[in-house]
Amino acid sequence: MDEGIIRARPISRGRAEGLALISLQPIGFLGGVDPSSGRVIEKGHPLEGKNIAGKVLIFPGGKGSTVGSYVMLQLFKNGKGPAAIINSSAEPIIAVGAIISGIPMVDKPEKDVFSMIRDGRKVVVDADKGLIEIKKEEKIG
Amino acid sequence: MELTREEQRMFDGETGAAARESMEILVALGRIYGASRMVPVTSVQVSGVSFKTIGQAGLDYLSELAVKGAKVRVPTFLNPAGMDSLQWKRMKIPEAFAIKQQEVLGAYISMGISKTCTCAPYFIGIRPKLGEHVAWAESSAVAFANSVLGARTNREGGPSALAAAICGVTPYYGLHLEKNRTAGLVVDVKCRLETVADFGALGSAVGKLAKSRNPAFVGIRKADEARLKVLGASMAATGSVPLFFAEGITPEYNLGDKPEIVTFTEKELAAQKDAMDSRLKPDLVTIGCPHASLDEIREVAAIVARKRPTCEFWVCTSRKTAEEAAGLGYRKAIEEAGGLIVADTCMVVCPLEEMGYAVTGTNSGKAAAYLPNLCKQKVAFGDIEDILYR
Repeated sequence: MDEGIIRARPISRGRAEGLALISLQPIGFLGGVDPSSGRVIEKGHPLEGKNIAGKVLIFPGGKGSTVGSYVMLQLFKNGKGPAAIINSSAEPIIAVGAIISGIPMVDKPEKDVFSMIRDGRKVVVDADKGLIEIKKEEKIG
Repeated sequence: MELTREEQRMFDGETGAAARESMEILVALGRIYGASRMVPVTSVQVSGVSFKTIGQAGLDYLSELAVKGAKVRVPTFLNPAGMDSLQWKRMKIPEAFAIKQQEVLGAYISMGISKTCTCAPYFIGIRPKLGEHVAWAESSAVAFANSVLGARTNREGGPSALAAAICGVTPYYGLHLEKNRTAGLVVDVKCRLETVADFGALGSAVGKLAKSRNPAFVGIRKADEARLKVLGASMAATGSVPLFFAEGITPEYNLGDKPEIVTFTEKELAAQKDAMDSRLKPDLVTIGCPHASLDEIREVAAIVARKRPTCEFWVCTSRKTAEEAAGLGYRKAIEEAGGLIVADTCMVVCPLEEMGYAVTGTNSGKAAAYLPNLCKQKVAFGDIEDILYR
């Protein structure tokens, strides 16, 4: 298999691509992300001030209130949701949020995506096939 | 995960968009928790009903699901809402909140869900039998169903319970499996437990010790359903406990390998009650967390008929039990003493913090755990007679 292709477990159906945005810390959507802008607003979070809209969001998993699932749907309806999600290990808040928002999501990638992918790298998530593809071209923009 | 033909049809969208999304949620949860298949459920209890807890985001989700034509396949019941839908003005609920709350209820009702609005469905005849698989969401109802009735349920979230209701199945893992229904902590109760508040204090203390183990109690001589209800609710609130056993009382009693054994004495009971109580005089006393049974309402009616309380008080219960209480004259006795029987809601999920109260009295360890954060209240914890007449 091509080096840029990593197998992962499908959680939420669909295929999407975008530029990677990586957090080594879990993300809590309720109170952590502004649903109208897509901006991370949690104080002291590594992504504070960054915008998740249209990104392939790569993070360990969810945290905080279960209402976070609904906030993900609000983000999506406002056009500010992530394009796709890769988690180390999915938990119900993010999994349910991705499914009800139609955001493709995989977890348990077979390789360490946190060391292989840098912010801004173009990534394709194909949750129907359970594949992550790291595009060859270097950082854009 | 292995799906039956019917489950696969739902997953593929052959029975509509709502069932497709719901089955996708169930399959994802099954994968996350390592379930090999689904198991049919006979009833579902859905949480995420109060507008206070789900907010606009939750309302948007429910409205969209309703528009997709979601319909439940099994008897499904609602957790409490943020207000009594008939007497919300009397409760001093803000009108803007009431409008949003009605929208939430409307979305659920359009899916075919019964507007029971109670956290104690077992007091209105919804009583799954020993070994029956259900998908209940509210933490105290989960504890009661598993422990007191011997039914099998995991602690569902709002969307996973709703998905189970729409598909009629839930992933087969956790407490649905016999092998996981064991206790890892034995609590040897060395003191006499009498009042509901005693059981609330015991539950609050043990919940903190549980650390994802199911507790088993020995030495509880007698406990009616109101006391077991508060015991389970309090452990669920302070320690996310979904299942407990009480020797000689609950239908199941299974110890795991080498459980830790702790004792609970008079001294610990007194210290726990002391720690939970601010000793302040409450502005409002609330009884019925989880929702009061008819027996508990009768008890309150008898107490307040003898002596009028000096503070406002509510008895929180289901609509059905409130109507029965009215028919038996308990409502009249409670209202004549300056109280209210409040149906459909409770002190924790209604917007108390917006209603001018600062100190709330309770005899429930669950309410005592949630009132400070969810409602910005100081807590007066104690027996009914204590908190009503401070």
